Amino acid sequence: MNRREFLDLLGKASLSASLSGCTNLRDFSYRAPVFGQARLLHITDTHAQLLPIHFREPNVNLGIGDAYGKSPHRVGRNLLDNLQNPSARDAHAYTYLDFTEAALQFGKVGGFAHLQTLINDLRGEVGGNALLLDGGDTWQGSATALWTKGQDMVHACNLLGVDVMTGHWEFTYQDAHILENTKRFKGEFVAQNVKATEEALFEGTHVFDENAGHIFPPYTIKTLNGKRIAIIGQAFPYTPIANPQRFIPDWTFGIQEQDLSDIVREIRANKSPDAVVLLSHNGMDVDLKLANRVAGIDFILGGHTHDGVPQPVIVKNSGGKTVVTNAGSNGKFVGVLDIEFGNSGISDFRYRLLPVFANLIRADPTMQAHIDLVRAPYLDRLNEPLAIAGSLLYRRGNFNGTFDQLICNALTQELDAQISLSPGFRWGTSVLPGQTITMERVMDQTAITYPQTYTTEMSGDQIKFILESVSDNLFAPDPYYQQGGDMVRVGGLRFSCTPNAVMGKRINDLTLPNGSPVSASSSYKVAGWATVGAISTGPDVADVVANYLRNQKVVNITSFNEPVLKGVKSNPGIADYKAQLL
Amino acid sequence: MENKMKRRNILKGLALLSSMALIPVRMFADMQAAFKTVTPEAALTELFGNLPMEQSDAVTLKIPDIAENGAVVPVTIFTDIEGVESISIIIDQNPNPLSASFTIGNEVFADVSTRVKMGKSSRVRAIVQTADKIYTTSREVKVTIGGCGG
Repeated sequence: MNRREFLDLLGKASLSASLSGCTNLRDFSYRAPVFGQARLLHITDTHAQLLPIHFREPNVNLGIGDAYGKSPHRVGRNLLDNLQNPSARDAHAYTYLDFTEAALQFGKVGGFAHLQTLINDLRGEVGGNALLLDGGDTWQGSATALWTKGQDMVHACNLLGVDVMTGHWEFTYQDAHILENTKRFKGEFVAQNVKATEEALFEGTHVFDENAGHIFPPYTIKTLNGKRIAIIGQAFPYTPIANPQRFIPDWTFGIQEQDLSDIVREIRANKSPDAVVLLSHNGMDVDLKLANRVAGIDFILGGHTHDGVPQPVIVKNSGGKTVVTNAGSNGKFVGVLDIEFGNSGISDFRYRLLPVFANLIRADPTMQAHIDLVRAPYLDRLNEPLAIAGSLLYRRGNFNGTFDQLICNALTQELDAQISLSPGFRWGTSVLPGQTITMERVMDQTAITYPQTYTTEMSGDQIKFILESVSDNLFAPDPYYQQGGDMVRVGGLRFSCTPNAVMGKRINDLTLPNGSPVSASSSYKVAGWATVGAISTGPDVADVVANYLRNQKVVNITSFNEPVLKGVKSNPGIADYKAQLL
Repeated sequence: MENKMKRRNILKGLALLSSMALIPVRMFADMQAAFKTVTPEAALTELFGNLPMEQSDAVTLKIPDIAENGAVVPVTIFTDIEGVESISIIIDQNPNPLSASFTIGNEVFADVSTRVKMGKSSRVRAIVQTADKIYTTSREVKVTIGGCGG
């Protein structure tokens, strides 16, 4: 079946769904002819969204340097242009285009009960010769995940049958708790790049392997249809920098390219693998660079940057080639990799990134029962109506999202500050115009273990330094120096950004909303949240936002604060930008 | 099993050894001057005079691309070059760029590990000295504020 036939089928299925009112998977097929001998199913960055949700893809996802114009740095029509005859449903899955209308037409996406049915079916059609791999950011991102310290998700993953996983936000619970969660997890948690610090090793901290210092097994080997598949784990390399180190004081991360190369060589030499797979939370740009520099990996199944990439990227290196994928976020997609083996190893493959449209897939009753059970004690809190969304609320995008604007507005008003800063996380669900903003939707944006707000005096210089530092984490031309989040969101302050400039020269023209320039030496009252260093002492951000919302009936984002951008006008990673492009 | 010394024991052994095997290159006077220099070039001149220098892939410098904590950045340097007399670490952007210098005796593997302090992002150079030449390799290390992880 080619892509077009598949899409046609999707279109028909949606029709039958609307006719019958309810469609289970038997009436509709996400199926393709069985190919090869082994199937790897890949989910990543579901961010604990147990129920179907809406999630708007970005209209700004700039590629800088070598990444200019390349996947995943194409948005909207620029992304669809690379696909053959994309359908409206396709466009809704992969892009932000006509988001509200398409969301109303095609319904919610993801949800673990729906994922369960789809995954069971995808496993079944290859006679069980499939593995389910989870790239991490699975045990964090929702209210219930935070309140149960990830246990609702561990159990959901056990039901789902996750065979192998690695992590990132999983490491934002306290280390002892992380180890408890990984123990409860029935699959294997692998990470070649998480080790005990030498000081902690000296003190006798818990490790998987005392010689190498690994906290978790670096890899595992699974047999499918007689083929040995090595799966190496690559956790998010910059966890102790992007998130508080205090939760994991004894662990050290990093890309660890040399160690990875050594492990690949050792597996190839001594474990007779038929395929070597890296289950990665590096982010796609880092994966693409890594694929070029480390030989011997057949497939990198990637996550972290939340890029829903329909077509894999093939990277040449000294050992041959490596196929790199990225499977989006929030349960919107399941990646399906079918591998064919010939006489001398892998002969061919097929990859599909299947969008999970909840109203095309029956909810699995066992998973649904688990979801209902874990939510039951919290329903009153989750469902508290706070306000009505007057316009679309979303987060994802390099510079701002309307939900982040709302958070910034809440911070400045509730904490009586001039300027507000809010982190550029890439998770967080979308709320359609007219829908109720419940506490659950607020928690979707804020459910972290370090939610305390702060207010502090900062000089204009300090504010500029923060903006410069974060923009370098996003736009450093060498992906190994990027951290994979978006730009810090800013309220009460305007600026311009030149993404192609060097560190220290990107952020300019800082002014207050009244047009007066920000002075380097003057002091400004700044509010924010999610500090990774010292623990802040203000109220939790979710409460701040909830209080702000309770005081208004309908929330309209009247002023959307995005920087003037310089030098990226023709970049295929930006479209429908509302602020000025110079 | 017999030869498999546990990492922890190796570390303990190293802690004992470090005071014996790795002695600063030239004691006191010269070294003090080198550690007080404020540019990488001045540090190199103080340490090595006019010895010729070349970039070398035979020198391995292990250091994070982004420091997890700028106050204690782990660094490891090793090489299989013959006749190594010293290994030094220069951090270009530090107020005093020379961070450490180890004398490597005849019976010692040219393999050192330490922690260095970095105030801001900088090129970090590993300098391996033999009798007639110095070999070097370098890496950019970023020291950044955290936050905003995807």
